[in-house]
Amino acid sequence: MLTRAYQHALNGSRLERGVAQMEIEAVSLRFGGVVALDDVSLLVRQGLVHAIIGPNGAGKTSLLNCISGLYAPQRGHIHFHGQDPPADLTQLRPHRIARLGVARSFQNIELFRHLTVLDNLMLGRHVHMSHRLAQSLFWFGPARNQEIAHRELVEEVIDLLEIQAVRHHLVGSLAYGIQKRVELGRALCLQPAMLLLDEPMAGMNAEEKEDMARFVLDVNEFKDVTVVLIEHDMDVVMDISDHVTVLDFGRVIADGSPDEVSRSQTVIDAYLGEGDGEGDPA
Amino acid sequence: MTVVRASSRDIVAVTTSSALGEGPDTFPRLLVEHARRNPRGVALQEKRYGVWQTTTWLEYHDHVRDFAHGLDLLGVGGGDVIGVLGDNRPEGLITELAAEAVGAAVVGIYPTSVGDEIVHILTTARVQVVVAEDQEQVDKLLRLRDQLPNLRVVVYYDLRGLEDYDDDLLREFMDVEALGAHDRIHRPTWFDERVAAGRSSDTAVICTTSGTTSRPKLAVLSHDNLLSMAARLLQLDPLGAEDRYVSALPFAWIGEQMLTVAVGMTAGFTISFPEAADTTRSDMREIGPHVMFGPPRIWESMVSDVQVRLAEAGWLKRMVFAWGHRVGERAASRRANSEGSPWYDRGVLALADLVALRPVREQLGLSRLRRAYTGGAPLGPDVFGFFQALRINLKQIYGQTEICGIAVAHADDDVRSHTVGRPIPGTELRIADDGEILLRSGAVFQGYLNNPDATGEAVDAEGWLHTGDAGYLDHGHLVVIDRAKDVRRAPSGDLFSPAFIENKLKFSPFVEDAVVFGGEDDAGITAILTIDGQTVGSWAERRHLSYTTYTDLSQKPEVRELLAEEVFRANEDLPESIRVLRFVVLHKALDADDDEITRTRKVRRDVIADRYRDIVAALEERAASATIHTTVTYQDGTRADRELDLAVRSLDGFVPAPRRRRGIAWRVA
Repeated sequence: MLTRAYQHALNGSRLERGVAQMEIEAVSLRFGGVVALDDVSLLVRQGLVHAIIGPNGAGKTSLLNCISGLYAPQRGHIHFHGQDPPADLTQLRPHRIARLGVARSFQNIELFRHLTVLDNLMLGRHVHMSHRLAQSLFWFGPARNQEIAHRELVEEVIDLLEIQAVRHHLVGSLAYGIQKRVELGRALCLQPAMLLLDEPMAGMNAEEKEDMARFVLDVNEFKDVTVVLIEHDMDVVMDISDHVTVLDFGRVIADGSPDEVSRSQTVIDAYLGEGDGEGDPA
Repeated sequence: MTVVRASSRDIVAVTTSSALGEGPDTFPRLLVEHARRNPRGVALQEKRYGVWQTTTWLEYHDHVRDFAHGLDLLGVGGGDVIGVLGDNRPEGLITELAAEAVGAAVVGIYPTSVGDEIVHILTTARVQVVVAEDQEQVDKLLRLRDQLPNLRVVVYYDLRGLEDYDDDLLREFMDVEALGAHDRIHRPTWFDERVAAGRSSDTAVICTTSGTTSRPKLAVLSHDNLLSMAARLLQLDPLGAEDRYVSALPFAWIGEQMLTVAVGMTAGFTISFPEAADTTRSDMREIGPHVMFGPPRIWESMVSDVQVRLAEAGWLKRMVFAWGHRVGERAASRRANSEGSPWYDRGVLALADLVALRPVREQLGLSRLRRAYTGGAPLGPDVFGFFQALRINLKQIYGQTEICGIAVAHADDDVRSHTVGRPIPGTELRIADDGEILLRSGAVFQGYLNNPDATGEAVDAEGWLHTGDAGYLDHGHLVVIDRAKDVRRAPSGDLFSPAFIENKLKFSPFVEDAVVFGGEDDAGITAILTIDGQTVGSWAERRHLSYTTYTDLSQKPEVRELLAEEVFRANEDLPESIRVLRFVVLHKALDADDDEITRTRKVRRDVIADRYRDIVAALEERAASATIHTTVTYQDGTRADRELDLAVRSLDGFVPAPRRRRGIAWRVA
C-alpha cells in the first residue's frame, strides 16, 4: 500500500521558516501626479501568511504588481532571498520573477477557460519542463516520463484542493469559487517560493470564503508555502494571517500581528473614515 | 399463526458447497484461503490521484498479517474491541481482518459522528485502540480524551496535517505495520497459529443499531452470524469472484459490512473504493458494479437527479424518455404478474431500452448492475417502480442489524413492490398475535454489548428475534407496515403507516424529508416538510426567483405553492382518509448533528415532535402560522436569537394550476 503522505514538496523556497524572505525597501510608485505607493517598506518572513490590507485605492494591488514585476517602481528595492546574492525584483522582468518562484493569482480569474482543470494545472508546470520538439510531438521517451512525473505532482495539488470531481471539466463551466480554487492550484503547481494572492475571496459567498480560507491555510500548513495575500474582508484576514500590514493612501499605517493591528487606532480610523479629514480615495 | 420454515440443514450444505469448499469459517481463514488460491487477483482497489491503485489478495493478506503483529505488540488480544473511525478505505478492512486474526472485534463509528456519540460507543465497548483516518478524526478523539479513560492508542493512516502532532496516544498505521513486519522475523508462524486458533463463535464485528428512539445499542455479531447470512444470501443470489462492488457507504452500517465483508469475503470479489465523496457517482460509472446495496436515501437521490436533469433537457429527450419509461413500466408490470408479452412488445421494449433506458442506466453507473438491494427503511413504491421500469433489478430486503441486516428478500423472478419478499433460506418467520414480526435464524446476533436487559427484550428464550415491526403475510410475501409503535388508526378505523405517506411525499424531487403527524382524530393528517435545497434552488433559478439562504428559499410563498402542488399530487395516490390536509415547510434541513435524524437518515419522530411542538400544535389547531425561536451559535461563541414565522399551508380547496406541469418530468408528455 502506498503511504497517504504527499510525496512532493510544493514549497520552492530553501529558506528556514521565519527567516526574512522578501524585504521591500522604501518603494514608491507614481502614475503621473498620483502617488500609488509612498515609501513603502515591509518584511515578509518565510512560511507565514502575510496579509496586506487597506481600504479601496490604498495601493495593495499596485504593491503586488511591483513584486511580480508588472509595475516598475520609481524608487526603492524589493530584495528577494533564496539565492546568493538576493535578487532585486524591481530590476527583473515578470517571467524572470516567476522563475525565482514567485507565483500569483489575479483578482479576476486568469485561466484558460476552454481547457480542462487538469490541463490548466499542467500548464502551471511549464516552467519546470524542457521538451525537445520531436519527442514532444510523438510523446515518447523523456517527454513522456517527464509528463508522468509532473502529473503526479499535479494530482497531489488536485487532492490538496479537493477538486478531484472536476478534474476533467472545462474551467469555463465551473462555479466561480471552484475556478478561484483552480487558479490557486495552478499557482501551487509552480512549486512557488512565495504565493501572491490578489483578493482570493472577492465576490464569494460566506461558504465559498470559508472553503477558500481553509485551503489557503492548508497550503501554508501542509506545504509551508509563504502566502502574501491582499484582502478586503477584514474578518477573514484577521482569522487566517500570521502577520498583517495595513496600507492607506499608499503608505504603511500599521504592521504587526492581527491582534496588534486590529487594536490600532489609526487602522480603525482608516477603515471607518474618521481619520484626519482626508478626501475620498483617488 | 403462520410459520414459514426452511430446514437448517440447507445451510450446512451451502457452506460446504460454497466456492471455497469446506473449511474457512472465520474471516481471517477466508482471507488466507483467497491469498492461497488467487494470490494475484485484485482484492481491493482505491482510486487515488486519479488512478485505480490495486491491492491483490496476497498483498491484502500480508498487510493484515503485519498489522495483526503490530496490534499484538500494542497489547490488543482476544476479546478486545478496536474502534474504526473514518471513510471507506482499504485500511479500514485491514484493521478489521487483523483485529479478528488476533481474536479481537471491531466497532465502526460513523465518520460524521461527534462528541457524545463517539464517547457513548467507545465507553460502552471499552475500546482501548482506535484506528482513525485523518487529522479531522484524530482531533475529535484528542478533544474527547478526558472522557475516554480506556483509550490508550490512536492509530492514523492519513498523516497529512498530522506531521507535527506530538502526542503519546498517536501511532502511524504504516509504523505499526512495519513494527509488525519486523516482529514477524522472530515469530514466523505466529499469525498462522492465531488464525488457526480463531473460533467461528468469536465476535467479529460490533455494529451500532440506528437508534431512532434511543442511543445506539451495540449489536454483537459473530463470524458464524455473518458467514451464515452471507451463505444464505448467496444461495438466493449467487455472486462470484468476477463481480464488482463499490464500497461507499459507512462501514459502521450493517448493510456495508454485509456486502463488503461478509458477502465480499465469501464470494471473493473485488471491492472498489471511490476517490472522494463527491466523485462517487463518476467512479461508479467507471467501475460499473454488478451488485449494490443502498438505503432508500441513495435511490431517492438518484431519482431526483434524473428528474432534475430531464427537466433541464430539451423537449425531444424528454419525450423519448417519457415514452421509453412508459414501455419499461408496462413490461415491468407484466413481469410482476408473470404474464408473457407478445413478440412485437418485446421488440418495442428492446427499442425503448436502446434509446431511452440504457443511456440513463449508463449515466447512473448502473449499466452492469445485475442486482440492487434497498433496505434499512421502506422505499416508496414510486421510486421502486421507477427503477423497475429502467429494467434495474432492484429488490427490497428486510432485516435488522440484529440479524446481520437481511432475513427477508425478493427473489429475482418474484419482485412485488409492496412486499419485502420471502424469508431467505434457513430463516424462520412468524407473525406474533399482536402483529409483530418475529425472525429466527443462524444470523441472529449474540446480544447487545454490556446491555443484557435490552438483549432479553430483543431475543426470547426460543431464539426468536422480536423486530418491533408490524407486518403481515400476503401469499407468502412479507409486508412490513411500519414500526409497531408508529402504526396509527384513522377515525375511519383503517390502520395506516406514517412512513407510507411520507414516502409518497418524498417522491417529489423537491421534498427532502417529510414527517407526518396526527391522523387519529378529526384534525386530520398534517406534515412538516423540508425542501431539497439543490432541486428547489435550481427550480427557483429557472423562474428568476432570487433568494439568499436555505431558510429564505424555504419560506418563499412561491416555494410553498410549489410544495402544495406536490402534496396535492401525492394525495391523489392516497385513500381519502389518510390525505395530508395541512403542511409547514421547515426553515432548515433535518440534521443528524441536531439529533433529528439518525446517521443512516432515519427520522427521529420523538425528537422532532418535541422540538417542533409549536409547529405541530399550530398544524393541529389550523392556525395561520407557527412561530419558532432559533438560536444560532457562531464559531466565535456569539449567539443570535431569531424569531421566525412559518406559514401553515392548507390544501382545503386547493386547485392545481390549469396547465399544471407535473413534477415528474418523464410524465410531462
